[in-house]
Parts: sequence; structure tokens; C-alpha cells
Amino acid sequence: MRMTEPVLSIQGICKRFGALQVSDSVTLDVQPGEIHALIGPNGAGKSTLIQQIAGGLQPDAGRVFLCGRDVTRLNTAARSRLGLARTFQVSALAMEDTVLQNAVLGALGATGHPFQMFGSAMGRSALRSKAEEALRRVGLSDHAHTQTAELSHGQRRQLEIAVALTLDPKVFIMDEPMAGLGTQGSQTMTAFLNTLRSEAPILMVEHDMEAVFALADRISVLVYGQLLATGTVAQIRNNPSVQQAYLGTDT
Amino acid sequence: MSRESIVNVVLMLGMLAVPLWAYSADEPFIITLTTRAAILAIAGVGLNMALGQGGLVSLGHAMFFGLGGYSMGILASHAQTYTPLMTWPVVIEGTSSMPVIWLLALLMSGIAALITGALSLRTSGVYFIMITLAFGQMFYYFAVSWPAYGGDDGLSIYVRNQFPGLNTLDPIQFFAIVYGVLLLALTLAGIIARSPFGLALNAARQSPARVEAVGISPYRLRLAVYVLSGMVTGLAGALFADLNRFVSPSMFSWQTSGEIMVFVILGGVARLCGPVAGAAVFIALEHFLGGLSEYWHVYLGALLLVIVLFARGGLVGLVAGQRHAHD
Repeated sequence: MRMTEPVLSIQGICKRFGALQVSDSVTLDVQPGEIHALIGPNGAGKSTLIQQIAGGLQPDAGRVFLCGRDVTRLNTAARSRLGLARTFQVSALAMEDTVLQNAVLGALGATGHPFQMFGSAMGRSALRSKAEEALRRVGLSDHAHTQTAELSHGQRRQLEIAVALTLDPKVFIMDEPMAGLGTQGSQTMTAFLNTLRSEAPILMVEHDMEAVFALADRISVLVYGQLLATGTVAQIRNNPSVQQAYLGTDT
Repeated sequence: MSRESIVNVVLMLGMLAVPLWAYSADEPFIITLTTRAAILAIAGVGLNMALGQGGLVSLGHAMFFGLGGYSMGILASHAQTYTPLMTWPVVIEGTSSMPVIWLLALLMSGIAALITGALSLRTSGVYFIMITLAFGQMFYYFAVSWPAYGGDDGLSIYVRNQFPGLNTLDPIQFFAIVYGVLLLALTLAGIIARSPFGLALNAARQSPARVEAVGISPYRLRLAVYVLSGMVTGLAGALFADLNRFVSPSMFSWQTSGEIMVFVILGGVARLCGPVAGAAVFIALEHFLGGLSEYWHVYLGALLLVIVLFARGGLVGLVAGQRHAHD
């Protein structure tokens, strides 16, 4: 696994909110082609860590590398342009717009030239075909002209991923992609994410352990801001301190 | 054609029909009244770009309206006294040419929008409202205390400025100029709303995090639309000054900002011709109710209340119905 350069690598990330150490020297990486799951109990600092990786929050110390490039000082938009494609725990979409418009927005962002004031956005065949292709892949083609607010929770999740797909991503950062999907939806999503790893590796925060065990090549366990362990599914399952801290005795 | 497009066409034809009727009936005052409504509509179209598309509640648009007005006032006052605006390092003379005045109005309001926008867009919500209000008031007090250009008393221009090939003192010809500018402003607003930039801007209003996550800076989108918006309102200010042949600090006052916002809200936020409907109704109320009672604003207030509470799409939304998402 160490043979290739990691797509995403964070080194010694520290973040403190007052007396609370939310990230304590966290170091982890995402290798090409892998799904890396980040797990941990509530309040372990997973979302804060994701924010620091995506650029919404500056770490107090440590660095973030994307494809070997130090992006620690770059903001969210700049990191996205470099290929960091993020999906949100609570869907962040333009709810008044159609599904297709949201996907076209992604395709527009990927061009790097959003300040085009002439011509119709939806008339740009390059943007539109890229958006339609992404919607087809996640299975939302039939809903392309639906207003986003009318989508079900699961469909919004799919749309979030479709938008990420339009970005020509180098790495996906997914914050709880299974949340609120139900058993059926969760299985469909698991199967879909499994096909996605060939496109770009995924770093995902997830509580659904069934999905994590089915998908993850490696798992990192975060507890009280500290990285308890990183390893394969088998290693994590059999790690006694992980069992004690997080998985409970029934695993 | 969608229902809203039909409403827009009817509105614009109506705004054309009233002065044409007044012309044939020899009622120049009605022509001037419609011209006033059209100019205020341009100011509203400007604000609506920032407010409707960008979600930027600016209570400082009088700043641009006033800058446009004073661009006209300063250039024209130098032209009428034959004194140069400045002699060093280059000699700049005043002018009474409308296109030149418009250019200065666009330039001044654009620069002001760039500077004040760059600062105020770092905030949002109620802080943004307060900061834009503060900037507007700074310009107001500056104008009040600037004796060179009339200070508190304002500045009178005795002859309306000239437009090549037209007699601007003829009300119907001046109306034609204003109507043309209004059409241009609406075209610009319409083009931008449909453009890739407009798509991103509208998304930034709904979900800034989404826009950032696709690699676009919401701040830059907002700054760009704020500058465009300020320039359109600035142009309206120059026309307004020419209509009255008078500029005064009241063009900079926060009441003016408020009135421009009333046009937008009354007509329909983010509706292309909302400000046209809003300004027309405002002027009509002022004309018909203003004659009956000094306190006609009470009725305006009541109407505004009803619109805000029961018709969020404004007057245009009331007639054209709810807007449905479409691409």
C-alpha cells in the first residue's frame, strides 16, 4: 500500500476549540483506488476533521496534501478546483433549482470559469451532457427536471454524489453518505460506491457499520480527536482497544 | 411563452402606452410622471439583480443613485458656468452630453460598489444591511457638507443635458431615451439571470456551501453582481437628476434606498419586471392618493404589508402565479 503516492494525505492535524482538543495530531492518507472509512463515536471530531480537510476550517497545526501538493492554506473553493469532491452530511443543494441545474452547476465549477455572463447556462451542451451523464450514473435521469426540494432524502444523497462526479474528482470526501437511507437504500448506495472507487478513492465518515465493513479497504478510528488505529477491516475488528472504545462487545 | 413573460410584455407595453396616450391628449405632466416611474424602475432593476439573484439585502443603493445624480450635477454645472472641472494635471471640462455623463455615472457607481462591496460582502445578514446603510449615510453627509456643489441646498441645472439627435426638453423624446435605457437594463438582468454566472449566483444565494464545494467562490460572485447592480442604479440616478434638472443630498438618503427596495418588494423580488410594476404602482399611488391626503404613505405601507404577508412573489407573482423550477 505504501508503494504509490497517496491522493490525499493529512499530517499532524491539530485543532483546539477552547479547552476542547477536537483534533489531536491526526495523520492519515487515502491511497489510489481505496475506500477509507473514518469511524468513531459521536463527538469524536470526525466532522471537524472533514471540515479541515475540505477547507472550511483552518487547523492550528499540521498540513493537508492533495496529490502531493500542500493545500493547507487554500480555501474550500480552491481545494474543490484541485479535485477534492465533497458530499455533505446534511444535503447542501440549491433547493429551488432543478436537479439538472444542480448538476450543471458542478460541471460549471469544473470548468474553472464560472464568470460567464452571456449565453444560457442550460444551453451549454458541454455542461449539460456532463451533468446528464452524472445524473444517469447515479440513477436520477428521470428526475432531471424535478425541483430539488421535491426529491426524497435518498435522492438528494444521489444528487450530491452526481454533483461530485461532475467535478472530475481526484478524491471523494463523503460525510455519512448512508445517513437516513434505510436498509434498502443503504444497500443500493453501498453497491454504487463500490463501483466508484475505480474513478477516485473515497474518504468517508460513516456510522453504518455494515456498509463500512462491506466497502472499506482501510478503517481509521477516531476517539476524542485522537486516531486510535488505522488498519484493514479484519485488523480493526480484532483490535481490542477499538472494541472497547467503539464497537462494543457484541461485535 | 410563460405566464410571467406575458405579464412582462403587458407591463412594458403599458408603460409605453400611457405616455403615448398622454402625448396625443397633450398631457405632458403624465409623460413626465411615467418617465419618473421608468427611471425609478431602472434603479429597482439594478437593486433586484443584487437582491433577487444574489440575495443581497442592500440598504445602501441610494449611494449609487446619488453618485449617478452628482455625476450629472457636477459635469453639467461646470458646463453651464464654463468653468473647467480641474486644470491640473490635465484640463477636464464639464459637459452637457448625456452619454458622457452616463459613462461617468457608471464608472463612479461601479468603483464605489467595488470598494464598498469588497468590504461589506465580508459580512452577511443583518450586518450586511447595516454596513451598506452606513456607507450610504457616509455619502449623504459628505454631499450635505460639500459647499462647492450646493451642499444641503443641492444643485440646479437650468437646461436638460443633450442626447445626439434628440430634443431632450421634449418630454416624449426624453421618455423615449429613458424607456430605451430601461429595456437595456432589463435585457442585461435577463441575460445574467440565465447565464452560467447567474446559475452559480442563484445557487450561492440558496446554498453557499454547495457553490464552494464545486470550486466557485460565493464572495466573488456576489461582488460581481453587486458592482453590476450598483452601476445600473447609478445610471438611473443620472437620468433622475436630468429629469428634475436638480440634484440634492436626498438622493443619497436612506429613505431613497428604502424606496428602491419598496419597488422591488412590491413588484416581486427576483422577478424580471417586478421593479417596473413596483415603481409604476408607487408613482400611481403617489399621484392619485397624494392629491387626496398628505399621508398617502399610510396606504402604501398597508399595501406593502399585504404583499409581504400574502404574496411573496409581489404584484408580478400575484398575477403570474408561483414560479416553478425549470431549465
